[in-house]
Parts: sequence; structure tokens; C-alpha cells
Amino acid sequence: MFGRIARPVTLAALAGALMMGTAAAQTNVKIGILGDRSGAYSDISGEGSVVAAKLAVEDFKPEQHGLKVEIVSADHQNKPDVGAAIARQWYDRDAVDMITDGVTSSVALAISQVTKEKNKVFIDTGAGTADLTGPQCTPNTIHWVYDTVALANGTGGAMVKRGGDTWFFLTADYVFGQTLQRDTSAVITKNGGKVVGSVKTPFPTSDFSSFLLQAQGSGAKVIGLANAGTDTINSIKQAGEFGITEGGQALAGLLVFSSDVHSLGTKVAQGLVLTEPFYWDLNDQTRAFSDRFAKQMKNGSKPTANHAGVYSDVLHYLKAVAELKSTTDGAATVAKMKAMPTDDPLFGKGVIRADGRKIHDMYLFEVKKPAESKGEWDLYKKLETIPGDQVFRPLNEGNCPLVKG
Amino acid sequence: MADTATIDAAPIAAAPATGRDDKALHRLIFVGIAVLLIVAPLVLYPVYLMKVLCFALFALAFNLLLGYGGLLSFGHAAYFGMASYLCAYTAKQLGFTPELAILAGTGTAALLGLVFGALAIRRQGIYFSMITLALAQMAFFFSLQAKFTGGEDGIQAVPRGNLFGVISLADDRAMYGVVCVIFMAGMLLIYRIIHSPFGQVLKAIRDNEPRAISLGYRASQYKLAVFVLSATLAGLAGSTKAIVFQLASLTDVHWSMSGEVVLMTLVGGMGTVFGPIVGALVIVTMETYLAQFGAWVTIIQGCVFVLCVLLFREGIVGLIARVVRRPL
Amino acid sequence: MTTIFGVPMQALFGQLLLGLINGSFYAILSLGLAIIFGLLNIINFAHGALYMMGAFVAWMLLTYVGLGYWWALGLAPLVVGAFGIVLERVLIARLYKLDHLYGLLLTFGLALIIQGLFRNQYGVSGLPYAIPTELSGGQRLPFMFLPNYRAWVVVASLTVCIATWLVIEKTKLGAYLRAATENPTLVQAFGVNVPLFLTLTYGFGVALAGFAGVLAAPIYSVNPNMGADIIIVVFAVVVIGGMGSIIGSVITGFTLGLVEGLTKVFYPEASATVIFVIMVLVLLVKPAGLFGRTA
Repeated sequence: MFGRIARPVTLAALAGALMMGTAAAQTNVKIGILGDRSGAYSDISGEGSVVAAKLAVEDFKPEQHGLKVEIVSADHQNKPDVGAAIARQWYDRDAVDMITDGVTSSVALAISQVTKEKNKVFIDTGAGTADLTGPQCTPNTIHWVYDTVALANGTGGAMVKRGGDTWFFLTADYVFGQTLQRDTSAVITKNGGKVVGSVKTPFPTSDFSSFLLQAQGSGAKVIGLANAGTDTINSIKQAGEFGITEGGQALAGLLVFSSDVHSLGTKVAQGLVLTEPFYWDLNDQTRAFSDRFAKQMKNGSKPTANHAGVYSDVLHYLKAVAELKSTTDGAATVAKMKAMPTDDPLFGKGVIRADGRKIHDMYLFEVKKPAESKGEWDLYKKLETIPGDQVFRPLNEGNCPLVKG
Repeated sequence: MADTATIDAAPIAAAPATGRDDKALHRLIFVGIAVLLIVAPLVLYPVYLMKVLCFALFALAFNLLLGYGGLLSFGHAAYFGMASYLCAYTAKQLGFTPELAILAGTGTAALLGLVFGALAIRRQGIYFSMITLALAQMAFFFSLQAKFTGGEDGIQAVPRGNLFGVISLADDRAMYGVVCVIFMAGMLLIYRIIHSPFGQVLKAIRDNEPRAISLGYRASQYKLAVFVLSATLAGLAGSTKAIVFQLASLTDVHWSMSGEVVLMTLVGGMGTVFGPIVGALVIVTMETYLAQFGAWVTIIQGCVFVLCVLLFREGIVGLIARVVRRPL
Repeated sequence: MTTIFGVPMQALFGQLLLGLINGSFYAILSLGLAIIFGLLNIINFAHGALYMMGAFVAWMLLTYVGLGYWWALGLAPLVVGAFGIVLERVLIARLYKLDHLYGLLLTFGLALIIQGLFRNQYGVSGLPYAIPTELSGGQRLPFMFLPNYRAWVVVASLTVCIATWLVIEKTKLGAYLRAATENPTLVQAFGVNVPLFLTLTYGFGVALAGFAGVLAAPIYSVNPNMGADIIIVVFAVVVIGGMGSIIGSVITGFTLGLVEGLTKVFYPEASATVIFVIMVLVLLVKPAGLFGRTA
């Protein structure tokens, strides 16, 4: 009964464990996908992350590099204590070497702490908090896909340059929302724009109409949505209903995933501007990956940026382990990963900085009008590519203790 | 009163009077639990055991109020959660040693229990439950807003520290020992309360409040006292959990935590001495080892609720007690 | 421009109107809860899940059968009501003789199961459901832009609430119902089939929840958790109104919508909590709620 959490995904892994005695040169690697499989972020994380990790292992061909890879998964229910407990048990009892996914900031911070204590590896893809590579950075954690600063820089900076120089924020009343608002405001003022007002909305909220009315009354050119998940979906849906965009105000989603836009449909979400590091329809390689991914998903959905991140980080992690031929020292593995430049079909070439921040380009997208959209998942048109060295927080501004001077 | 057949008809399962033999039996069970606690970490994962123990203490505290006071609180997460916040805060920011931090958390819960209890016990039945729920929602709002709680990130990386400034608790075995001691002490205290004259009066009030009042007992004072005791012990459980898991978060103050402790008590057996322990064991095990099933966890939990209510309202231990015809 | 506490009057009017609209949802949902509690003595925790189910049935009718909003408005409550009748017959009917607590726990469990099943099937991002074309667009009032659909929500919910109240207060059926609430044994002795009454009442109460779900589908995200978020608030509404008081639940629903709307202007962070503050205050002053009878 105990240790069932780590039930092997493949039987091959069991065979691998039995063969350990004979294949002495082989290194066993166990990767844990710790995400949200039942709650508000299970469409961004969930089963898709497991599928993405499996595809990465498939593409890496571990047997050619003397590795035997096993994948386990669990649900942290967006609760930090549950996430920390599972991480602890995985490291202590189930010989997990690396954890990835980790959507939800509070859970990510908790997993990061446990990982440091046990000297393993944690590659976060789903969480937004920039603290992971800031004051709370550790030699064992890498932050892969995005963070609140990058989203603020991306959407905030680009919108101001496009003429959206007065802003009103709808801010989810918790740390994530407030951080997002703070970071975006800084970018807006730096670029010569102005924040004319904001309203804190309880989390979660289902009816945003009165907040939207306040936003409408402010006369700001851009309404920034500093929220996530269902809150974002509801606020966009109701903004359409109240004719916000028709009235000439633009909506800027500060954290929107393609799965959210898919759920809204282009009719409601059209014109929304947002920043993402990945979109399935970027180029031939992302399209090929997304087709393979969709075939393995129950409802045929396309991968989100988080899923792409899991694919990409598992691939890079395996490359580092193959070179080291060992997984025992987590900090050493992370150091190796930082030393090697990253390169994969989904994010292209990139690097991992000393503070654990993975650097790659981000894209400013606009949601298509229904007439432009050719299918259920044909959602975005690309407005701009924002180079990685401009979109992420400069290395010396994060207050990460790992960065000297 | 001693007739077990009436259990089902009573609004909330009433424990039969405890005779001399029964006390001997209970003593035997306590020793059994102690032995189990010593042996368990050799076989099972200590962090999981500590989680079970924290929740078992929480459920025991809750059961003191529900099973013996007859008061269904729908807001026990407030005491559990606020205590864990205060404990985590004092341990991390003020550098308290773990025992002092736990005391600080427990004290907070006692104080909160006193204020909330004084308001809530003025009403009865479902209105009592609703007031406790409303007050707990306010505690949740406070936790979300207050600076020191860290919002939804909670208070992370709480140091386990050194017990009395000497013994390091970083090692799971040392920590486990401390949790065992706290749990045993809490459990024995609750047992003592139930079987004291105070506990007898409580049961009298639960079964027939007007009669108890006519006998000259000040029912509201007794109710307030048991409310505060229950909140305090819930706080002790919450504080301990904060030290064990090194974090305090909104999960612990959310209303679903209040629901969870009701579930544990129901599954184990309301108004039984040992029921809440079994209930906590079952629920925590389910949550831990079903985590891989994702969304199915809530469905399974829901089914457990439904089955419990329809098929065995006395709970697991209540059922056993009926079979062996001894109060447990 | 006239201002109240620094807020322009016009904006305030807008907010009050929106509060009233939200109040419509509270009113319909708490009406159903109050009817069920009044007659069955069951605190129906599954109400939120059934409200969610109403929205999903509307979506399914559109997606799988091709029936639009107006069909859904009629059919979804029937489907949800029928489902409720099955629940009542198979499960809830076994609990009438027991404490409130057990009914609450059973329906809580049912809510977990229903929500979990929908989550497994449809994920959590929610599904799109468009506003019917007849009601899209809106009116530009002097103080705000009022979407036609929102106006419809207020009208529809007021109509349903008043109709329900009339049936209960003015018809023979309603008289039986009130009598059965008062003294079921006596009513049964007069030859009224009380168990059937109970079943139909539960069916009707949850059908109201299904109706509210369809109303909500075009403006809120159709998602498995939509009921879990609202149910606790609706409970508070019912308790403040007085458990089992039908007119109380409706009036309180609309009033609390207004209060919540005002809070969103002056102290938005607290708008989710203000209802609980009111609940504690009301219960301390009037133990049985604003419109309830003291036992």
C-alpha cells in the first residue's frame, strides 16, 4: 500500500529495475510530475504534463545514453502542505531525482524548499512567482517557462509602446495578483505610461461586473487583468457583455494560457492581448509536437506553454544527467544544466542563468476574431517577438543570494 | 442510557456510560496505541505518521465539542489554521524555540475560541453551526489580508528548530517523538475531561439542556468551557502541524478544512473515544495514497460521506463498539 | 457631480443595479433551499452542484442536441428536477427522521461526487456558452451601460420568485404544502400523500437551482466549480432570511446583493466576507433570522 504514490507509469521501468544488476553502467532516473490534477489549474498542468514528459523521454532515447527513465505523477491539489508532503515522500522513500511542473506559486515555493533540503532537482514550469529566482532562489531550483516580471514586461511594455498608456487594474486580492500589478505598474511608468486606478477583487470572484464598471468609468485605455484561471475567464467574458472593448478600451491579460482562451472561444476573447512563451502554431516543429501531444490527450487538446515547458526541461535535464552519469547530487546536476546551453524544438536556443532563470524569447499575441480563426484551436496571431534578454528581470535586480556582486 | 440500541435514534450518537471494566479496556487500548506508535516508524514513513497524528488530535478535539458537548462547529479550521500561522510566525520571524512557538499558536487558538465561542454558544442547533462558519470565514479573510501570513503563499520554510534550545528536530525521528508525546498528552487529556465530573455535566447538557439547567448547572458556562478546550486542542494540533511540515497556509483556515474534520469524526464515530483517531487515519491515508487518482479523490470522498450517512452512522469505531457491546 | 463618500452618484446607481442582478441569483437559489428546508428539514448542500448541473445541461443541449438557450431554460430545470427526484427517492428519503446534521453531510457528499464527475469529464477551464442573440447588446442608461441579458436575469428571477410565492400562498396545493411543513402527521391523516409531496418539493427546489444555472451560463464561466463558490454565500442568505422562510429568502437575496454591490465600491476586498459579518450580527440580534419564527 505504501509508496503507491510512485506507481510506475510504465512496466518497462519495473523490468529496468530488475535488470539493474546486469546493466551496471546504466543510470536510473526517476522524474516526478507534481502538478494540479483536479483543481483550477488542471487544464494547464494535469495529465498534459505527464504526456509532455513522456514525449520528452521518448525523443531523448534514454537507452542510447545509458539511462533508464521512469515517470511518476501526483496531484498537489494546489495546497502547499500537500505538495511539500508528496515531494518529501518522493525524495525520502521513492528515490525520485527530479520534480517538475509545480503549478501554483505557493506550492512551488514549498517544493523548492524541500528540494534544497534534500539536495535534489526542482524545475518549475507552471508557477508565476519571480521569487523562485529572486530572494528565495536555491542552487537546486530552475524556473523554466515564465514569471510575473516577464509577463509584466511583455504585456505592459508592449501595450504602452502601442499607445495604451493609461491603465486600470483588476487585481485578484492575493500575493500573486498584487505582485503582477506592482511589476506591471513599474514597467508602465518606466515606458512613460500612467496607472489611473485599480480595484482589488476577492479571490475567487464569479461576478466582475461592478469592478468592470469601475474600470470603464476610469476612462483608462487599457484594463489590465492581474488575475488567473477562472477569475480571468469570468472577467473577460463579462467585459465582452458590458461592451468594454467595443467602447474602445483594450483588455490586457497578464496571465492567460491558450487553454483559457480556448475555453472562452474567440467570439468572447477576440482582441485580448497577452504574452506567452509558447504557442502550438508558432512553427513546423511546435506544430509537429502539438499533433503528437493532442493524439495522446483524452479531448485532443493542444499543449499549453506549461506543457511545452515540461517537455523542454525534461529533455535538458536528461542531457545533463547523461553527461554526469549520476543523479545523486542535485546541486551538481543543476550546475551542469546551467553550464550547458539549452536547445529544443519548442523554445529554440536558450540559457539558464546563475539565479536559475531559464531565458528564452516570449511573444506578444492577440486573440483572433472569429472570422480569422480557422478552427477550434486557431486562437492567436503573433504581434511581436520579445527577445529573452529584454523580457526577463535583469540578473542583478532579483536579490538572489546566488548572484554575487 | 447505557442501552446501545438507542444510539441510532439519538440526534448525535451518545456514548454509553463507562463502567470499571470499560476503563480497564480503555487503559489497555491506550497502551496498545503507545506500542503501535513506537513500532510504526519502523514500517511506515514517519512524515505520513506525523500527519495522521496531527489530524487525529484535531479530530479528537473536534469530537470533544461535537460528541460530548453536542455542538456541531462548522468553523474549526479557524482555530487549527490561526494557531498554525501564529506558530509558524513566531518560530520563523521571532526565533521562538518549537515548544514556545507551539505554545504561542495554542494560546492564540484558546483566545480565539473564547471570543468566537462566547458569540456562538448563545445560539443552538443549525444556527450555532452557521455562526461558527461565519466567524471562521472572517478568520479566513483576515488570514488572506494580514501581512504576516504571506497571503496565499503562506509562511514557508519554518525552521523546526531545537527543542528547548537543545535537541534538533530537523531529523524526522526526533520530530516524530515530539509529535507522539503531544498526541498522547492531548488524547489522555481529552479522555480525562470526558470522564471527569465536568464531562458528566456536559453530557447531561447535551442530552437534555433544560433539565440540566433546572438542576442548577449553568449550561452556557459549561458549553463555553468545552468550546474553548476544543479550540485550544485544535490549535495544538495546528501548531504541531506547522512545525512538522514547516509551513502554514490558507488550506488550514479554509472552510473545507472544517468539513474535513467533520468527515474524519463521522467516519471514525462521533462521541466515541477512539473514533476520531481511526477516522483521521482513514481520511489521511486516502488523501495521501489516492493523490495519483487526481479528480477521483473528491468523488471517493463524496462516496465515503454518503455511505457513512446511509449505512453506518455510528462510524467505524461506533460499529465495533456495538458489536463488542463495550463503549470505545 | 453629486458624490457620496467620494463616489459619484451615477456610479453608485450603476453598482446598486448590478448588486440587484447578483441578488437575483441569490434569491432564486435561496428560495429553493428555503423551500426544501421548510418542508423536508434537509439542508441541501448539493444545491450548488445542481445549479452547476443546470448550466452544464444547457451547454449539453446546445452541443449534443442543438437546442438553444430558450429550450434549455425550459428543459434544464426539468432534467435537474428529475435528477433531484431520483436523489430524494433513493437517498435523502432515508434521513427524514434523523438530525439535520445527517442530511447536510449526505448532500455535502453528493455535491463532492457530482462536482468530481463533471470535473473529470469536462476539465476546469470551463466551457463557452453564448448570450442568446435576442438578448445580446445593451441599453445605454444615463448612469451605466446595461447589457440586455442582465436586465432579463432580473426580470426572469423576479417572475419565478413571485410565481412560486403565489403558488405557495394562494393555491390549494400551496396550502397543503404549508400545512405539511407545519404538521406532516396531521396532513397525512387527512389523506394527503406526504411522501410524494416531499419528493416533488425537493424536485421543484432543485429545479429552481437548475433554472438559476441556465440563467448564469451565458455570463459566468460554465465550470464544475461554479456551484461550490456560491453555495456558502447562499447558505448565509438563507440563514439571514430565516431558515425555511420563503419570502424571507427572496427579500434577503436581493437585499444582500445590494449590500454586496455597495461593498464592492467602498471596500472591494471585503465584498466576499461582508455577508458573513451581516450573518453573525443578524443571528446575535434575531436568533431565527430576519423573517424566521423563533422556535
